[in-house]
Order: sequence, then structure tokens, then C-alpha cells
Amino acid sequence: MPDFTLLPEQASTFAEKMDPLFYVMVLLSLFFIVLVFTLVIFFAVRYRRGSKASRRGASSHNVKLEIVWTAIPLILGLVVFFWSAKLFGYVRTVPEDAVEIFVIGKQWMWHMQHPNGVRENNELHVPAGRPIKLVMISQDVIHDLYVPAFRIHQDVLPGKYTYAWFEATKTGKYRIYCGQYCGTQHSEMTGFVYVMEPAEYQAWLASGGDKTRMTQLTMDEAGQQIYDRLQCGSCHGFAPARAPSLIDLYGTKAKLVDGRTVTVDETYIRESIVAPDLKIVEGYQAIMPSYKNQLSEDQLLQLIAFIKSLRSGMQAPIPKKEADSPAGGAR
Amino acid sequence: MSVQTATPGATEQPRTHYLNAGHTIASWLLTTDHKRIAILYMISITIAFFIGGAAAAMIRIELTSPTGVMLEHETYNKMFSMHGIVMIFLFLIPSIPAVLGNFLIPMMIGAKDLAFPRLNLLSWYLYMAGSILAVVAMITGGVDTGWTFYVPYSSVYANSNVVLVICGAFIVGFSSIATGINFIATIHKMRAPGLTWFRLPLFVWAHYATSIIIVLGTPVVAITLALVAVERLFHIGVFDPAQGGDPVLFQHLFWFYSHPAVYIMILPSMGVVSEMITCFSRRKPFGYNFIAFSSLAIAVFGFLVWGHHMFVSGQSVYLGIVFSVLSFVVAVPSAVKTFNWTATMYKGRIWFTAPMLYALGFIGLFTIGGLTGLFLAAMATDVHLHDTYFVIAHFHYIMVGGAIMGYMGGLHFWWPKMTGRMYPESWAKLAAGITFLGYNLTFFPQFIMGLQGMTRRYHYYPEEFQALNVLSSAGASILAVGYIIPLAYFLWSLWYGKKAGPNPWRAAGLEWMTDSPPITYNFEKTPIVTWEAYEYPENEEDDPLPDLDDEDQLLAVGSGEAPKR
Repeated sequence: MPDFTLLPEQASTFAEKMDPLFYVMVLLSLFFIVLVFTLVIFFAVRYRRGSKASRRGASSHNVKLEIVWTAIPLILGLVVFFWSAKLFGYVRTVPEDAVEIFVIGKQWMWHMQHPNGVRENNELHVPAGRPIKLVMISQDVIHDLYVPAFRIHQDVLPGKYTYAWFEATKTGKYRIYCGQYCGTQHSEMTGFVYVMEPAEYQAWLASGGDKTRMTQLTMDEAGQQIYDRLQCGSCHGFAPARAPSLIDLYGTKAKLVDGRTVTVDETYIRESIVAPDLKIVEGYQAIMPSYKNQLSEDQLLQLIAFIKSLRSGMQAPIPKKEADSPAGGAR
Repeated sequence: MSVQTATPGATEQPRTHYLNAGHTIASWLLTTDHKRIAILYMISITIAFFIGGAAAAMIRIELTSPTGVMLEHETYNKMFSMHGIVMIFLFLIPSIPAVLGNFLIPMMIGAKDLAFPRLNLLSWYLYMAGSILAVVAMITGGVDTGWTFYVPYSSVYANSNVVLVICGAFIVGFSSIATGINFIATIHKMRAPGLTWFRLPLFVWAHYATSIIIVLGTPVVAITLALVAVERLFHIGVFDPAQGGDPVLFQHLFWFYSHPAVYIMILPSMGVVSEMITCFSRRKPFGYNFIAFSSLAIAVFGFLVWGHHMFVSGQSVYLGIVFSVLSFVVAVPSAVKTFNWTATMYKGRIWFTAPMLYALGFIGLFTIGGLTGLFLAAMATDVHLHDTYFVIAHFHYIMVGGAIMGYMGGLHFWWPKMTGRMYPESWAKLAAGITFLGYNLTFFPQFIMGLQGMTRRYHYYPEEFQALNVLSSAGASILAVGYIIPLAYFLWSLWYGKKAGPNPWRAAGLEWMTDSPPITYNFEKTPIVTWEAYEYPENEEDDPLPDLDDEDQLLAVGSGEAPKR
């Protein structure tokens, strides 16, 4: 095979950064493997029983030598460690401008949802040259999203959002695997990422993606419908409120009654909806009922998307009617 | 000319030794002789090895085609789970400690038995009870969780015999703990007069370090597995997020034991290799202290690296960084050992016997296995390689290439001591060669598959991986031959092998100073040690070695001789 490479096709910015580290590690490993094999074979032949080679001056300890061959692997190891840690920082730090796509794993399929509401199963269409953040959760057991061409692997847990990000560099079709054993049809929980030119992607998105599209609403619009249906605003929408305001809430730090501080991220918001008693914000009572089992993972994601969209200064969608809220526009 | 010079005044009479000290079944099943218990263990784990091997054969046959050959998905999943559970819990963990360690540690330190002989027998019964329970559960209903039992799949979703298998593993865990406690107490309290810590064979140091890991680690995995069973049976939320639990907590607890467990498998093998390299290089080990302390360093640092299995599990990035750097640190003592073994051969007088070939094979495969581990300790490369065949290849290089090469080498090395008979040397060399070749052909292609994205535990896979999978399966069939040949000639040697004499290798070490097979309490008289470990003659002229095909020469050394200096 003329175009044989050890690693698969390189199709993300992280792949471009990781591959050099990988090849340097291969070279270092080869150096030590060749060194050990050569010495073992050479000594085995030269000092075979009955050979004439001189054994004079054989010693059975040499502290300096021990220090040298302890220190060299340690130093090389630490260099590799620092390089790798830096790249790990890169792959775990999502750029600010990343497009968010939501991923739900379940036995045994991948369910993707784009911000404008377009859904697809086992396929993921993304634009090239733009960072994409995948916000992921599982509906049942632990899964793992693995795209070899992007060199990304991230477990997808039940009950907690995990994330991964990538910036595709090349248009094309790349395999998605489930990387964590998840039961009977684990090996069939696969799919494809389609990396498209940005314009092409926009057109695809505008046309509603594929036929499985269920709703005309964007994620946060669908979330607002749930918000209204469940009357979330009856506590979270008024001031002085019985519950914390949701505006500008996402990304802040909240102080809890027990003195701890939590960052308001997707997982915290989800937990506050399904198990509100666990972490009560300072100054409030534990009065919120749990919405566990009333909302699907899809709906939770939509609700979170809505909460994240609430920013001060925008055309506030809360409260729905100005008249209901004495302090309506004052926030 | 099979006259024994071993027992003064007993010449011409059939000698009594541990094997013929009693012939009834009860004399075996109720024995407290560490040597007999070792033999019981040897038979049991050999059966386990071939059960696990049969499962591996099914896996490799199945993977010759991208859409399977004969198994349903569920059956395939049960096969790889059975392979993992049997090989790890029932074979690799007990292998060297429970067989060679049990047999040799008391003899190497000049003791009559282990400190707690009855506990030793109990450990075998626990092993048997747990193993039979687990194997019966796996054969009748199967378990499809993989040997890692990840939750919430195992605790809520799997429809297989999870609880029974977990009970089996739980019970087997206690046999391990019993063995570990026994070794620690024995090594501390029962060394012969004059046998100071730094005169101990490196095999004993390696088992001391292993025992520490066993005693500290095994209870954690036992409790963790028990919690999975509790969650499964009584729906008490520990790990299942739907019941308020945390699935990642399971992984922390599981790997807290299961990473050190890798060292439970490899450290004893390193001990075996240290014995064989020194004996067949006819000299002291280079850097005795460094080899001994590196075993302890591995035992200590091995407990601090479990999180490197979890870089992509959702654990904190900062935690990942700490685990990663410690994983690079724990690699160093293994490198030190490798360099020291290599240096031991320098200016030695290398005697090519089958055990030495296994030892050299160990060094080669362990070096490859160890270095490829660094690709998984480095977080950035692990993000790509996690749970691929690269991981499978890496840990098989360590466990099969390392641990089993060591075990096989050790069996050959001490076979004359255990049975009083020599195995056929040229067949053994052939088997060692076939194992090494078959081994590399099986697992090297898996590195490349993994790099290209072949995920572990996949029954169906993309067609582009077929060529490498077929190559790997072909290698596995060669490897199988490499394991069946020794089984055949070891059995043959029990009746037809040449009589070995007390010390066919002219090796240093107290175990070689008593008869082969040894008498029930090992030594006629407790030896008093006035020499350092591994004192081999300096010149070839002072070190005549027997022709292994000549029984008279093999028998020419009497037992009870102190090493010549």
C-alpha cells in the first residue's frame, strides 16, 4: 500500500496537532526497543557460554549508571507528558464561538439535534472550518462518541452532560463509533459525520436536513414552549422572586445554602430540574417540585437551550405578558 | 544409576518426598503442604487457562469476518466477557503467586512451610468455590458485561447472570487476599537464620511487593462488585444516576484495584525472570537493590495511576493531568528493571536453555508492551486510542507477552524441582520459539488496527479491518500450538522425563539445595545462610554444567550443598 499511514485520515485541527506528538513517541519507542533488542541479542551471542570474550572486570552494580538510566527515561517521559498535557488542554477547551450541537446516545443509536431544531439519527452534518461543540448525554447506559478522523473520544454518560469539540478541516464522510461497550448491538451503534462547506451546510440546515425532522422550532423556541407549559415563570419570572432569576444565569457561579459554590452549567441546570432539592441556592427555600420523568432528555436540552438564551438587554421573553409582572422590564 | 546421594543412610531405598508422602485423595484435598497446594492450584488454573483460551479461540474465529461467522451478538459478547473474566480473575492473578510463589517462597527462604498452612489450603477452596460458581454461571447463562462490569449497564440493563459471576469473583478475591497475607507474614517472620532482606532472591521481593498490592487492593474491588450486586438486586442507588448514583464513581473504585491488578500479574513474572536471567547468565544480577526497590516502587506508584483509564470518562481535566504524570513516573521502575536484566547478561556466560529463551522473550515483549503503554498514559494520544485495539494489543503484550511468558518460563525452570523430572529440552525450545512468533503475529496487527480506529468489543466491524483481523487470528492459532505442546510434554515427562537431581541448573538459591522433588518439610535441617544471593563461580572452569540429556550428569550434584565460592 503506497499511501499507508499508521493513523487514519486527518480531518480536524486536533488531529493535526496530535499526530506529530504520536510520531515523536513512536520514534522514541523505536529507539528504546531497538536499543534493548540489540543489546540483548548482542550480549547473548558475545557472552554465550564457552565464547572467548573477556569477562574481566564484570561488576554487579554501578550507581552512576543506574542514576543515568533512571533519569533519562524520566526526563523524556516528562517532556512527552508536558506536550501531551498541553494538547489535552486544547482538546478540552471549547472555543467561545463554537456552534452547539446536541447529541443523545441510547441503545443503540445516536440522536443529533442542531440548534435550529433539525434532527438526525446516526448522521451528523457539520460545516468545515468552524468549531463545533457537542453537548452529549445518554438516555440509558454509558456510551462513547468516537470519530477516528478527528481523533476525538468522549464518554457519554447518563444523568450528566459531557462535551467534546472539534473543528473539521476537510470535507468528507467520516465514521462515528460508539467507543464504550453498551450491550448487545454495541458494534452497530455507528454512523457518519458529513463535513460540508459552510455554505452547503447552511443550505442543508435551511432545507430542514433530512426527513426525520420533527419540528419547525429552534431549540430555544421549543424550550420556551415547555417553559410556558410548565409555568416555570410563575416562580422564576417574578421579582421579588421565590426562585432565582434565569436571566444571565448560565455560566455564573451560584452560592448554595450549605456554603458550597457551583458553576451554573448544563449539568447543574438539568439537575436543578430533575432533582431540585440537591443544591439549593442561598436565600431560597426548597420549594421546587422535581420534573423528573416529566421531561425527556430532548425536552431537557430544549429547556436548557432556552435558559441559556436568556440574556439581559434582549427582548425578554419572560414574563410572557407585561401585565402579569409588576417588575417586568426592570431587570 | 539412579542412586540418590541426597539422604544420607537412605541410599538404595525409594525416597520419600512430598509427592509420594500420601496417595489417597484425602491426602491431597486435606493437605497443608504448600507444595501440594501449589500443585492443586496448578491443575486448577491450567483448566481455567484452557477455558479462557477456548473463549479466545471463538472470538478470533468470529472476527475473521466483518459480520461474524457463527455467533449471535449476545453470544459473542458473552465470549469476550468470559475470556476476560476467566483469564484475569481465575488465571493471571493466581498464576505465578499461587503456583510458583506457593511452591517456592518457603523453600527460597529456608522455611518448612508458609506461615499459615491451613489458611493456604482455605485459599484454594475459596478459589475453587468462586471459580466453579463463576464458570458455571458463565456457561449456563453467560454474562455479557465485559470483565470490567461497567455500570449502569451491569447493574441495571444487562440481562445475564451478572450477580452470580460477581459472587464468584468476590469469593476468588478472598483467596487472593489469603495468599497475600500468608506471603507477607512468611517473608517477614520465617526466613532462615542469616537470610537477611538483602540476601533474598528477587523472586521473593517481587512477591512481597505483589502481596502488598493484593492485600490493599482486592478488598476495594470486592466491595465495589458487591455494590453492583446490591444495586442490581435491591435497587439501591449507588451507581445508577436514575437512582441518584454516579456511574463514574464505579470506574474510580474499579480501577483503583484493577490497575494495580496489572502489577499483581506482572511483578511476579518479573521476579521469575530475575531468577532465570541470573542463573543462565551465571552471575549476580546487575543492580540487585535497584531491581528489589523498583518492585516496591511499582507497588506504591501503581496505586496512584488508576485515573489514566478515565481520561475521556468525564473526569476533571486537572485530575487527568495528575494521573497522567504519575503514569509516566510509574513507567520508570519498569525501565530500570529492563536495563538491569540486560546489564546482567553483560560479561555473563549465557546458557541457552528453554527457560532462558522464555526470559529473553519476556524482555522483548515486555519492552514493547511497556512502551506502548505510554501512548495511553499521554492524555492527548489516549483521546484517540482509548478503547481501541491499540489498548488490547498493549495489555496483551504485558499480560500474555509478559506475565504468561514468565509463568511458562518459570514452570520450565522449576519443573525439575517440582516433579523430579526433566522436560524434553529441544521440544521446549521449539515451543518457546512458536509462542514468541505466534504471539507477535496475533497481537502486533492489533496495534495497527487500533491506530486506525478499530474499537474493542466490536462483533461487526468495517471491512477495511478484515485483513489485519485474519492475520491476527492466524497468529492466534500458532500461539495455541505453542501452549498445547508444553501441556503434552510436561505430562509425558512425569513418567518418561530424565531424573533431574536436586540441582540440574547448578543454580544458586536455597530451593536448589534440597531434593527434587523436595521432602514434605523441604529441608532435613534448617539451612544457615552465610553467603549472599546469587553466588555463581567467577570462572567457567569452576562452573561445570551438566549435559541436560545425560541423566548421570544431572544427578551428580547432591542436595544440601552450599554454593561453591
